[in-house]
Amino acid sequence: MTYQLETAQHPETLRRVAIDPVSRVEGHGKVTILLDEQNKVHQVRLHIVEFRGFEKFIQGRPYWEVPVMVQRLCGICPVSHHLAASKALDIIVGARKLTPAAEKLRRLMHYGQMLQSHALHFFHLCSPDLLFGFDSDVTQRNIVGVVMAHPETAKRGVLLRKFGQEVIRVTAGKRVHGTGAVPGGVNKALTVAERDELLKDIYHIVQWSRDAVHLIQKVHTQDPGLYNSFGIFRSNFMSLVGHNGDLDFYHGTLRARDDNGKLIFDHLDYQNYNQVIEEEVRSWSYMKFPYIRSIGKEHGWYKVGPLARVQNCDQISTPFAEHERKEFIDYAGGSPLHAPLAYHWTRMIEMLHAAEVIKELLHDDDLLSNDLMVQGERQMEGVGVIEAPRGTLFHHYQVDENDIVTMANLIVSTTNNNQAMNEAVRHVARRYLNGREITEGLLNHIEVAIRAFDPCLSCATHALGKMPLAVELVDAEGQLVHSLSRA
Amino acid sequence: MSLTFTLDGKTIPFTEGQTIIQAASAAGVFIPHLCYHPEFKPHGSCKLCTVKVNGRHTASCTMRAAPGMVVESDTEEINAERRALTQMLFVEGNHFCPSCEKSGNCQLQATAYHLGMMSPHYDHFFPSRPVDASHPDALLDFNRCILCSLCVRASRDVDGKNVFALSGRGIGTHLIVNAKSGQLGDTDFTLDDKAAQVCPVGVILKKRRGFAVPIGERTYDKAPIADTVTEGK
Repeated sequence: MTYQLETAQHPETLRRVAIDPVSRVEGHGKVTILLDEQNKVHQVRLHIVEFRGFEKFIQGRPYWEVPVMVQRLCGICPVSHHLAASKALDIIVGARKLTPAAEKLRRLMHYGQMLQSHALHFFHLCSPDLLFGFDSDVTQRNIVGVVMAHPETAKRGVLLRKFGQEVIRVTAGKRVHGTGAVPGGVNKALTVAERDELLKDIYHIVQWSRDAVHLIQKVHTQDPGLYNSFGIFRSNFMSLVGHNGDLDFYHGTLRARDDNGKLIFDHLDYQNYNQVIEEEVRSWSYMKFPYIRSIGKEHGWYKVGPLARVQNCDQISTPFAEHERKEFIDYAGGSPLHAPLAYHWTRMIEMLHAAEVIKELLHDDDLLSNDLMVQGERQMEGVGVIEAPRGTLFHHYQVDENDIVTMANLIVSTTNNNQAMNEAVRHVARRYLNGREITEGLLNHIEVAIRAFDPCLSCATHALGKMPLAVELVDAEGQLVHSLSRA
Repeated sequence: MSLTFTLDGKTIPFTEGQTIIQAASAAGVFIPHLCYHPEFKPHGSCKLCTVKVNGRHTASCTMRAAPGMVVESDTEEINAERRALTQMLFVEGNHFCPSCEKSGNCQLQATAYHLGMMSPHYDHFFPSRPVDASHPDALLDFNRCILCSLCVRASRDVDGKNVFALSGRGIGTHLIVNAKSGQLGDTDFTLDDKAAQVCPVGVILKKRRGFAVPIGERTYDKAPIADTVTEGK
């Protein structure tokens, strides 16, 4: 099976343009574009070029080590892996229900992460494109340019992220790669001093998050021609949905809808995720392509992340975010909005929700309780699923009678969006590159489409703005025709 | 008349039969070490406690103090040698501190911090060393063994069980379990054994306890190793 523009008929006759690496995203990936003599686009692929191997080298290790080890997959949202693994291992140690304190402390950690990751993505990585334009002066189109032109916006971005990192530090022990969650609970409660320190700032964090929603809403609605159509494609959606259909990042059941918003499945216990999801391997990428089994490979792929979550849930439990969700749904006009740039708007609604939940939790005395651990009947297999900033994250482990991990399967958030990102990139290539001379600004359009998904391409590290981008145009004989450098 | 020697210019009292490291510890002066433990006979194998006595290198855990000795320890030259030895220990095994449950309580890690080790420097050996999870209560992770022999001495001299031994020679030396199967689960080892308490790194671990102590409350979060390791600890 092939998708339009995925594989060219005669690649040997075409010129190749590579965006390598894609910048202002997490991790390392590249885009290759094959063009003919008239610069007509024949093939576009987003490749993931790193191989990580975590699923393999976790095998043979004791299970209690896993939540700390697997979070090293990522430096941006390690808490997601830390908690997804912990949730899977809760099942292994028979802790089907945590103590109220443990669940709330984990939730606080996770929502702190949601806040910092969404702030990082919006302000540091994407605001240069959104505030200055996709093909604006490249020397300004970065976070330093934002600091110079919009100092208050940039400052808020930095402080929002800092607050989220502080929430993580007090719950996990460190801002990055802590140890707070353990199978069956957490290892630490909040002290009164830690709670009060966060309470001091949370009210303006909520207000700044509201302002951020209004900023992106204004940017989006002022230019509907661009924002509603850029890179657009229709697809299914999937996410966890919490109790009563609430937006919930920490726990719930799986729900999927088709491109018209009709339910494909709902209330699905994620312990049975592999009954509904299958992963496909393609030869040209290290990232797998998941799809919904019942629909099949060709049409069963889906979007995850903020755009999916905000449109998949029935309501949001916090008032300000719920108000913004309704505004968004009204704007969409009663059917799902598929525009990739709408990810930014929904991402900020989620950031606001995270801030409001943190505020609620900080007023809950359970956070100070030392009733932190439970255990039950030991199991051999467990699945943990969480809504990471970038989408639904699956961790699945089998553990033998000696406590050693024998099998691990991870479906990382960005993996769920693999086909979706490829589709967005192909749409943009067709719309903006076809028949034109390639410029840095045009290539940035491709990156803007990828960035909308906030991909963590290998769930790895991230370089700020100035990643050395080198694009080379090579003819069919391998001769360099044109090159651009952003070193 | 009291007996004394000088250590980095400081006068250190000692009693007859004390080693340099014992006298230094009693006086509150830290000399880096890994295989030395105050409750056991010295082994003299890790060489971290090497000092210069009257200009000559020697292990301070095996050299008895003598009146008038001039001992150098905390010097740039000796600490550079100790740092190189520590780096070799890191590359010979598989020491992945980021996911090791002993992190923050590990004497090797704390010593590396103390010595200002910024990288392993040498090429990693990446040896293949499967864990032994056969015991119901304890895990053996041989990846982290530095061959200090403390578990060997504790099991033999205190527990009277001889559960552990060092086997092989030179670079092939490795820790083994004294059972026909070679598995800890087939020995009479228990968590109450002294051998279960003395591992300075993360080889002998109580199962299902990893990461129970939060960051900030681990041994070397509270104070660096130079402040925590004194006589009797």
